[in-house]
Amino acid sequence: MTDSSSKTACTVAIIGSGPAGVGAALALHKAGIDDVVILERDQEAGGVPRHCGHPPFGLREYHRILAGPSYAARNIQAITEAGIRLLTGHTVTRLGKGGSLDLVTSQGARTIAAQRVLLATGTRETPRAARFVSGGRPLGILNTGALQAMIYLKGMIPFRSPLVVGTELVSFSALWTCKKAGIRPVVMIDEEKKTGVSRLVAMSHRYMGVPMLLGVEIINIQGRDRVESVTIRDGNGAIREFACDGVLFTGRFVPEASLARLGDLCLDPATGCPAVDSEGRCSDPAYFAAGNLVHAPVRVAGQCYRSGVQAGLAIARDLGGRVHEKDCPIPPDRRKRT
Amino acid sequence: MQIISERDVAIVGGGVVGCAVARRLTLEGASTVLLEKATDILDGASKGNSAILHTGFDAPPGTLEWQCVQAGHREYLEIHESLGLPVLRTGAMVAAWSKEEEERLAEVLAKGRSNGVDDLRLLGRDQILEMEPHLSPSVRAAIHIPREYVIDPWSAPLAYLLQSLENGGEVLCDAEVTAGEFDGSHWLLQTGRGTVRCRYVINCAGLYGDLVDKAVLGDADFTILPRKGQFVVFDKAAASLINSIILPVPSRRTKGIVLFPTIFGNMMVGPTAEDQESRDDASVERATLDMLAEKGKAMLPDLKNIPVTATYAGIRPATEASPYRIRNEPDRHWITLGGIRSTGLTAALGLAWHAHALLREQGASFTPLENPVVPRVPNLAEHLPRDFSRPGFGEIVCHCEMVTSREITAALTGKLPARSLAALKRRTRVTMGRCQGFYCSARLAELTRAKFATPLGVGEIND
Ligand SMILES: Cc1cc2nc3c(=O)[nH]c(=O)nc-3n(C[C@H](O)[C@H](O)[C@H](O)COP(=O)(O)OP(=O)(O)OC[C@H]3O[C@@H](n4cnc5c(N)ncnc54)[C@H](O)[C@@H]3O)c2cc1C
Ligand SMILES: Cc1cc2nc3c(=O)[nH]c(=O)nc-3n(C[C@H](O)[C@H](O)[C@H](O)COP(=O)(O)OP(=O)(O)OC[C@H]3O[C@@H](n4cnc5c(N)ncnc54)[C@H](O)[C@@H]3O)c2cc1C
Repeated sequence: MTDSSSKTACTVAIIGSGPAGVGAALALHKAGIDDVVILERDQEAGGVPRHCGHPPFGLREYHRILAGPSYAARNIQAITEAGIRLLTGHTVTRLGKGGSLDLVTSQGARTIAAQRVLLATGTRETPRAARFVSGGRPLGILNTGALQAMIYLKGMIPFRSPLVVGTELVSFSALWTCKKAGIRPVVMIDEEKKTGVSRLVAMSHRYMGVPMLLGVEIINIQGRDRVESVTIRDGNGAIREFACDGVLFTGRFVPEASLARLGDLCLDPATGCPAVDSEGRCSDPAYFAAGNLVHAPVRVAGQCYRSGVQAGLAIARDLGGRVHEKDCPIPPDRRKRT
Repeated sequence: MQIISERDVAIVGGGVVGCAVARRLTLEGASTVLLEKATDILDGASKGNSAILHTGFDAPPGTLEWQCVQAGHREYLEIHESLGLPVLRTGAMVAAWSKEEEERLAEVLAKGRSNGVDDLRLLGRDQILEMEPHLSPSVRAAIHIPREYVIDPWSAPLAYLLQSLENGGEVLCDAEVTAGEFDGSHWLLQTGRGTVRCRYVINCAGLYGDLVDKAVLGDADFTILPRKGQFVVFDKAAASLINSIILPVPSRRTKGIVLFPTIFGNMMVGPTAEDQESRDDASVERATLDMLAEKGKAMLPDLKNIPVTATYAGIRPATEASPYRIRNEPDRHWITLGGIRSTGLTAALGLAWHAHALLREQGASFTPLENPVVPRVPNLAEHLPRDFSRPGFGEIVCHCEMVTSREITAALTGKLPARSLAALKRRTRVTMGRCQGFYCSARLAELTRAKFATPLGVGEIND
């Protein structure tokens, strides 16, 4: 495949250079499938870990504890060392039948005909709008992903004293991110009456001096230009207003499945993930999916890497390659997870 | 006292009406200045509407509104191509979902025809479902209105104002008009930026029209009674489910809740009609959004599998009476185009002609430009080629709406640069897609550093 012509073919195209895409590419490489290309829409490869400026990443892949950005860099280094083609600034815009992909690049539009395609486009958080949260729409309302990217990739601070919505693992990770950046959340709230994490994790908000209120609903977000306050109502109907300069919506992961949705692949109606069989194959047999795109609600990077490896092996088998578990670039995961 | 601008005509307010008036008067040869109190134009009613180009089939017959809607529809279709403005030729159906509604369709048909919209047609259920196979089969009958279309609600007024600017017009933002004095031939208007001298004033302050009349003339002959409309925007995956605008059988008060495609490739349900005190508070409420989503799903059952992209509200400048509130003060060289409630996006071009006619009656005379410059605005419509399809765009910044860095840079510069995130959204669609800024906020904060009055970042990390 020459990278300049507009119409090209390859054996396997992988969409997304996060942990899942990387794991799959390395597995395919080990299994002797050469003509593999990773397509990444961002200017920098590596996926979500690039902006998770905290450990622990990479324990299983590299046997050491890394922060997200170093882990992402390691992954991309492994791709480069293996000689696998990685094209950044390549946005896949349409999945055609049988593995034909439409792409947009700054050099022009192109199509790639791949024998097999792996979707590894990851997951994101549900934004405020899709949660039907009441109130105005001033500046300062964002998700954890945007907060992390601002802080770890750009060194910018979006607010000083936000209200944090959600009590999932990522919500507590967001508290740490805030702390590191000198941001002081005023309160952490959840509509649920229980947090989404273990008691130990849930305790951590106390160390950070952030009060937690469960079973409360936002009834208004005030502010003309920037957020000025948020009004909440608790289960007993009592109303409180918190002065704050932002609202951070954390968690409630949704798969980044719009390519699959618009490309007529079957989706699991309960999760919105592409429906896959035990091999990771989608309703169009040329397509496979792995990583957090299929692991609703969310899993950690190492598990996504592993799910990528397994999908890579499945694709290699499907293409007639002889593949053994030992081809797997990382040791099998023995711990049982739910 | 320093005069910062001296012009034939000052236009107060950069909503769609003010922008259209600025364009028309400039083309007719007047020197104009548009005074807008916010950091960008479109800060009032024109910020959030349904973006339907109406035919006037259901307008109150014989009224100025009816005339302006029809004139606006006609002129938009004449000028849109040259200005680079899109039209989605959807057509509309006034759909009846109950026996009572079905009985009222005859009335709708008769009114439409007497309004001069002569291509209306009654459709039975089978015909409807043939045209719109995803619509709920509980639909009973409909009136088809082939020329109700969907347009880009922000690019249109932007293009109107740009055409004024390209031909010598001026715009001043952050220039709230707070007072004025008339000496028998000239006005001195006090604004947030300084004093503006002009011979004529057109008040197009929309949601604040009555207050501007009061502040400058001393009284107002109408009162704005703000009426909010909330919307739910569904993911682009819904766009393939429907082609037409699905209108309800109209009631006296509002056009009712509509299901319609947007020019950006989404599907929308709304608006509500809620009277409120505030002229600015466009907040949404969960219970209402739930209701809208349910209504949408009742009309279009397949919406149940489609995620929601956005929610928002707009505020109509309604008044105590339904007609447009036009105030003509020949002795004071003043015209108010007030109470342009719910058809102003369409009617603006017609209202601009009306303002020009009134000015002439007041004694103003200008010589029309012979070869006016015709600027083109960037296309944001999904069905036409966007910036990303032209190579050399730099990078895609907003992946959901496919907004390029080249587009963003262009919108941050030029004759009317975006100076707020809201302004940049209206000019490029950045962060308006399904992730609502999850992926691109950081890059955007970087690209817009020091460009916005209210910046995306409140500080930097200094380590
Ligand atoms: C805010 C947030 C915080 C998280 N924090 C942690 C954490 O602390 N620890 C942890 O282990 N996990 C965390 N996760 C989970 C995270 O999803 C996984 O760690 C892991 O990154 C998932 O890997 P992936 O390969 O499935 O997807 P991703 O890492 O999300 O990679 C997907 C890639 O696909 C690309 N892509 C998407 N669409 C297209 C397209 N159309 N064309 C081309 N390329 C495309 C994207 O640009 C991206 O690079 C977090 C997730 C989020 C959203
Ligand atoms: C929910 C909803 C749906 C609608 N759907 C449609 C539709 O589908 N089709 C259609 O044709 N129409 C529609 N409309 C109607 C249309 O949006 C309005 O008629 C139109 O926007 C009114 O524009 P305007 O210029 O009169 O007022 P505004 O948009 O309110 O503009 C007034 C401007 O003046 C500025 N201003 C105020 N006070 C001052 C001051 N003192 N000094 C300087 N500047 C000032 C404001 O900041 C503002 O920018 C809809 C409206 C709503 C709310």
